[in-house]
Amino acid sequence: MTGASRRAALIRIGRLFGLLSLLDIASDPLALGAEPSASAAREIPIVAQRFFYTPNVIRLRRGEAVVLAFTSLDFVHGFNAPDFGVRADLLPGRVTRVPITPMTAGTFDFLCDNFCGEGHEQMSGQFIVA
Amino acid sequence: MTIDRRRFLQLSAAGGGAVFASALSGCANLGLGGASDFYFVQMSDSHWGYKGADNPEADHTLALAVARVNALEIQPDFIVFTGDLTQTTDDPNERRQRMAEFKTIVAPLKVRDIHYMPGEHDASLDRGAAFQEMFGATHYTFDHKGMHFIVIDNVSDPGANIGSEQLSWLKNDLEGRDKDAPIVVFTHRPLFDLVPKWDWATRDGAAAIALLMPYRNVTVFYGHIHQEHHHMTGHIAHHSARSLIFPLPAPGSQEKRTPLPWDPASPFKGLGVREIEAKAVPATYEMAEFGLQKT
Repeated sequence: MTGASRRAALIRIGRLFGLLSLLDIASDPLALGAEPSASAAREIPIVAQRFFYTPNVIRLRRGEAVVLAFTSLDFVHGFNAPDFGVRADLLPGRVTRVPITPMTAGTFDFLCDNFCGEGHEQMSGQFIVA
Repeated sequence: MTIDRRRFLQLSAAGGGAVFASALSGCANLGLGGASDFYFVQMSDSHWGYKGADNPEADHTLALAVARVNALEIQPDFIVFTGDLTQTTDDPNERRQRMAEFKTIVAPLKVRDIHYMPGEHDASLDRGAAFQEMFGATHYTFDHKGMHFIVIDNVSDPGANIGSEQLSWLKNDLEGRDKDAPIVVFTHRPLFDLVPKWDWATRDGAAAIALLMPYRNVTVFYGHIHQEHHHMTGHIAHHSARSLIFPLPAPGSQEKRTPLPWDPASPFKGLGVREIEAKAVPATYEMAEFGLQKT
């Protein structure tokens, strides 16, 4: 099991048993997804459309719980941040919220992982965590 | 029978030539007594319909590859195209037109036994509908001289899933096979996580590898990443092929997976097709000694 999948499994278990704060402490060294409380988290709206995200450079603070709020305009785009161990399908007509808490400073890529057309390979972005 | 990558044919302005490559680790011991040697050719990622600066000769590259294969002194037993036959388009009619043009260009191939499979450019926008109309099934098996070949479709789902139905089909196909049977798998995307941030992965590829893992002689050939690359997952070897349109950067070597620029001084550099030669291994013998009386 990879670190990311181990983390995802732990989070699923944590959701069941309310152990999320403990899981944050037990996180992998790299920045990883977490489950901030909805009231505490800063929400960052992101628009996905062929073939880019707006914004595509997102600045975060280490340890800050945020919720990425995606709106897809034209396709079931994907959102995949491999270093965070999170991904989601972004269905048009609804807001898809993805909570993350980066625990490590650095630059981390994310991408559309649902093939969406000729510009799909360029549909990506970066988190810059300070 | 052993299977190895005997050589690569490199396309070049001067006409190219065969480049010998040594046997690959993990490919040995695909034993199959009594079978004869044979070889096949892998062609991949022709992206017919592409127009751009990364290959200003795109209108001629596929035809050049066909000519190179036809020029082989000994023709292969069969050819496999491991996906992205065409460049994607939103227009369903244009997609079919490109596929028809592709078929016209490869029609002069001397070898008539050709196995096609889709890439995401062919199949992801319509879940393989046009491909199936023009080429047939997107996943299937065939046997050749004692070797079992499995074509896995990891592109008709735009999310790069093989899917539970196809995994069930794979499980059923494998069940009952000799654990030492030589098995070759063709896919478009890598089954393993090569560079997930470049979308060089199959979302549920680990499930397919888990099904293949009990079999001791499995080799995977794939495309998608437009370059030669070799990787082991346990005892299973995975080999990607060069493309027939433009090369891509080495896995994870730069921020973006942008194509390597066309070099006018060395046109077609980094493009090519692959020969894979399957060799019969010397017979091995198991011996048991019997006395004259039963014990």
